[in-house]
Formats: sequence, structure tokens, C-alpha cells
Amino acid sequence: MASGPPLIEFRDVRRYYGSGETLVKALDGVDFRIVDGEFLAVMGPSGSGKSTCMNILGCLDSPTQGHYLFRGIDIGRLTRDQRALLRRNYLGFVFQGFNLLKRTTALENVELPLVYRGMAPGQRRKRALAALRAVGLEGREHHTSAELSGGQQQRVAIARAIVTEPAILLADEPTGNLDSERSHEIMRLLTALNRENGLTVLVVTHEPDMAEYARRTLVFRDGHIASDEARVREAVP
Amino acid sequence: MIWSAVRLAWREIMNNLLRSGLTVLGIIIGVAAVIAMVTLGGGATAYVSNQISGLGSNLIIIFPATTNSTTGEVLPAPPFKPEDVHAIRTEVTSVSAVAGVVSRSVQAVYGNANRRTQVNGTDQGYEEVRDWQVVEGRSFSDAELRSGRGVCVLGASLRKDLFGAQSPLGEKIRLGQIPCEIIGVLEEKGASALGSDQDNFVLAPLELVQRRISGTRDVELIYASAKTEEARGRAINEITALLRERRHVRVGEPDDFTVRDQKELAEFATSTLGVLTGFLSAIAAISLLVGGIGIMNIMLVSVTERTREIGIRLAIGALERNVLMQFLIEAVLLSSLGGTIGILIGLAVAGAGASLLKMPFVLDPGIVAIAFLFSALVGIVFGYFPARRAAQLDPIEALRYE
Ligand SMILES: Nc1ncnc2c1ncn2[C@@H]1O[C@H](COP(=O)(O)OP(=O)(O)OP(=O)(O)O)[C@@H](O)[C@H]1O
Ligand SMILES: [Mg+2]
Repeated sequence: MASGPPLIEFRDVRRYYGSGETLVKALDGVDFRIVDGEFLAVMGPSGSGKSTCMNILGCLDSPTQGHYLFRGIDIGRLTRDQRALLRRNYLGFVFQGFNLLKRTTALENVELPLVYRGMAPGQRRKRALAALRAVGLEGREHHTSAELSGGQQQRVAIARAIVTEPAILLADEPTGNLDSERSHEIMRLLTALNRENGLTVLVVTHEPDMAEYARRTLVFRDGHIASDEARVREAVP
Repeated sequence: MIWSAVRLAWREIMNNLLRSGLTVLGIIIGVAAVIAMVTLGGGATAYVSNQISGLGSNLIIIFPATTNSTTGEVLPAPPFKPEDVHAIRTEVTSVSAVAGVVSRSVQAVYGNANRRTQVNGTDQGYEEVRDWQVVEGRSFSDAELRSGRGVCVLGASLRKDLFGAQSPLGEKIRLGQIPCEIIGVLEEKGASALGSDQDNFVLAPLELVQRRISGTRDVELIYASAKTEEARGRAINEITALLRERRHVRVGEPDDFTVRDQKELAEFATSTLGVLTGFLSAIAAISLLVGGIGIMNIMLVSVTERTREIGIRLAIGALERNVLMQFLIEAVLLSSLGGTIGILIGLAVAGAGASLLKMPFVLDPGIVAIAFLFSALVGIVFGYFPARRAAQLDPIEALRYE
């Protein structure tokens, strides 16, 4: 693994919004690498550029300057559809607001990315059921989002993100809308997925408690990386 | 993939049933109106041509009037004489029968019963050219025709009105002032295309009608029957040439009479229906346009409402064209659903109308297919713009949309 290019590499990535008077430097020269199997927490004050960084990582947005290399491929050179295919095949998203489809069952939500992959219905269903089992939602497959609690909805969202077996899971404040108990459950689930399945996980969080689960912490401040530390102590059990 | 999109679109339509229904109302009404009218029009056309072909397919009608070939205007011209009829009968070899006719409206009286009817004065050949059968008694003899004796043959409904169950043969009736002996009764033909009673008339010798009723030797109308269908064109040419000569029409001048065959009559009768169909198509086009705009409008609303959903789909790997297809399919499903409902309503209305007007119900699969395809097309055309707008949304902004 060390021989090939790293999973992710940011080279002096800048993302500016607006111009002149109203210019906002959301990211102003960010460098870092992520290799397979890492579990990162991203922290920093509000407005420091965490979400901007996640959007670029997720190929939803492109740098104004600098390079984002995904397995050595410069994302800036890809077309809109190529970036969509990259999301489809290698990336999993979990959002603060869950972002499940309304009036749609948990199973259908989880099947959705596989639908876009053109998988046959039978296989799709099997994979989606397995993913729901992995996040501990057996028996809730046919509930719609309105019939699930916040923690359960976030589990569905995680199942939807991992069902395609992505290279990396990007979670922007996944516990922001949950109480402390539920938050710990979600973090334990992500830890398990990282340890047992080797899933690379990147979590944005405001809470140091949650960052404890990660093995490496990036701290953003005013569009820069203020610190990038590996955790010596293993995550709390 | 497509199938999932169709199912999704179906669910979306069903979730907003009232809104979807109102959206496609324009299309439903437009399609229903066209289907109903075209189907009814088709029935009417079939009915009229059926009636006209009932005149006998080899029938040729000659009347003393000029027809302006450009404007179609019909102007009266001097009437024919019995000699013209005779000349056609003896000189035109491609006709099998010829009958000159003079018609007058008269009161037919038998005992206390009387009825307004029409007396058709005619000579030999009328039954053959008009394809009437004498079902009781007999037809006129040559001697009766020549002398103009007071004899007559009754139409079926006149016989029923004046005599009921009684046999009319040998009885005497009065046609206006003239006493006539009934020698025969014609078969029943029923109501005509326009609903009039075709059997309310009486046949009498031409000579009698000319002498006692019309008071002139004029013949107002000549019927001829071509020997075969193929001979019809030749018969028309020969009759035209003969009459031009007899009526002293100079070379280069238009005919001062008109010769028509059964086919031309049918075309004339159905051409008015064609105009109606064209008019309806214009209405259909307008209502489909309005319906299409309605669909576009509601699809734009739907795209806005579902911005977040679109963002989610784009984030988890939907390509632009996947989103485009999803909304396009929804628009097409919506419009073709409206089209289908419109077709069903239109056919139901046409069926009810046809049975009310006692006309045949002629289902034209072509027009049904066209109506369906057109409504689907409306969905594609008017759904494209909203669908493209959805597909080109920025995923980050879409995800942030409240
Ligand atoms: N679309 C945009 N247009 C203009 N400015 C933007 C846009 N998106 C983000 N910004 C600005 O970029 C900066 C970084 O925003 P970002 O969302 O990355 O912060 P964040 O670290 O995620 O904050 P939070 O912890 O509150 O989520 C902010 O100053 C924000 O106002
Ligand atoms: Mg943020």
C-alpha cells in the first residue's frame, strides 16, 4: 500500500468565495494526506473551513487553486459526470441532517446508490439488507424515515453510505443532531466499521468527546490546518 | 434503472394525486374532445357513405344546373325534355337504365286518411336505377307509361299510413286532384342519412305528372345506371357529350348541366366533415399546448420542492442524465396518463353519442395511437426544460436547500 499513491492528497488547496470586498478564503492553502484504513476527526471553530474541505473531498466542489489527488488522480481535471462516477464508486456520505428521502423506506434508501450502479434488484436487496444489519437496524427495513428516531435515521444514512463499499466515508457532523447517548452509539458504529472492515473514515465534529474515537485529528483555523496529530492512546472502548 | 425511475415517477404522481389530476386536466379535455369528435365524425362519415352507396354504386345523376368549377357555385339552367331522356336511353350504350323524373309535393288522400307526400313522375327504369324493388303488385307497363294512365306505386311508409294492414292493391287514391289506382308497393328503405323518411313517396307515370300536375313537358332530373362500375366513367363522358350536342353548348363553353356519380356525392357529403375534423385538430393542438404548459409549470414547482432530494441523489452518485431521465419520465408518465384518460373519456362520449344519434360507432385505432403519442410527446417537450434544470442543480446548494 505504501508503494502506490495515497488515497487522498491535498496540495496547497484553496477555495475562495466571492471577490474583491466580499472575498472569503474558506480554505487558504491546505496540505494533508490520508491513507487507507485511517480514522480521522476534523475539528475547528465554526467557519474555519471544515465543511468546505469535506465538499471538496467529496467531489461535490472543486478547489479554486491547488490540487486534490484521489489515488493520484487530479480531481480538478474531471468533468461533472466523472466526479459523479467517483462519488458513486468510491465515496460514502453521511450528513448532519441525515438526508434520507422522504416517504421512502429504510431499505429503499439504502438500495438507492446500488440502483444508480445498475445492480440487479435481487442482489441489490441482499446487499441493502446486509448493510442495514451491519448498522443494527434489522427489523426496521420497511419503516419510512418519518417512522424512525434521529439515531436510527443516521444509521440508515450510514448503511446507505457503506452499502457500496466505498474507499472512504465522509461524515460532516454526523452526531450534530443527536443526543450524547445516540452520538456515542454512532461513533462506536463508525469505529467498528473502521476496525473490522478497514473502512477509511473522516468525521467532522465540534465535540472533543467524539474526536476521541479517531486515531488522528485535523484542526482547522481560518482556512488553515492549525494542527494534525495522531492519537497515541487507542480510542475509548 | 428505467423501471425504478418509472416506479418512482408513478409514486410521485400518486402522492400528489389532486395536483397531478389538475395538471393534466388540459390534456384530458383536449384529447377527449378530439377523440370524441373524430370518432363521431368517422361514424357519421361511414353512415353517410353507406347511405349514398345505398343509392346503387353505378348510379349517375344528371341535373340541369351549371356548376362553377372554381367556386363550386350551382346555377340553374334550362330543364331537360323527355327526348333527352330517350336519347340517352337509346344512344348511350354504356348505361343499362335511364329514368327522367319530375317531383311535386302533393296531398295523398284515401277515404278519411290523408298525408302530405311527394309524387315522383317517372318513366321506365326508375326501379332499376334507384335499386327499388316492387314487393307487392307490379310496376308500370309500357302502355301505362306511354298513355300516362292514372296508376301509381306506393312507398312503404305511405302505404302503412293510408292502408295499415289492408291490401292497397286495386284501391284508388287521390294525389292532389288526380285519382290513381294502386298497382304496386315498394320495399321499405328506412330513414335517410339526414333522418328523413325515404319511403314517404309515390311513383306515377311521368306523362301523368307532367300533364296533370307540373303542367309542362320539362324533366327536372335524370337518373342513369352504368352497366358496370368500370363503365361509369365512359357513361359520364358519353352522356356529357350527347347532352352538350342536344343542348347546343358550343365548344369551349362550360356544360349547362351537371353529371355526378355516387362517389362524387359521397365525397361532397363527407368533405364537410373533413373541414370539421381540421377545425377540431386546431382545437386539439391548442389544448395540448395549454396542457403542456401546465405540465411544465407543475414540473418546475416539483423540481423546486424536491431540490434537496435531487441534491441527495447527486451526492450518492446520480449522473446528470439519471436525474434528467427521472423528471422526464415523470412528465411523460403524467402527460400520457392524461392522454389515456382523455382517450377513454372521448371514446365513452363518442359511444354514447353514436347510440343516441343511432349512428355506427367507428373506432379508429390510428387516431387513438396518435392521440396517445402526442400526449406523450407533450410530456417530453414540456418536461425537458424542468428536467434539465433539475439535472444541472449544484449538489452542494441543493443539499443545503430548505
Ligand atoms: N457558498 C458559499 N458562498 C460564500 N461563502 C461561503 C460559502 N460556503 C461557505 N462559505 C464561507 O466559507 C467559510 C467556511 O465555511 P464552512 O462551511 O467550511 O465552515 P465550517 O468549518 O464547516 O463551519 P461550521 O462548523 O459552522 O459548519 C465561512 O466563512 C463561510 O461563510
Ligand atoms: Mg460545517
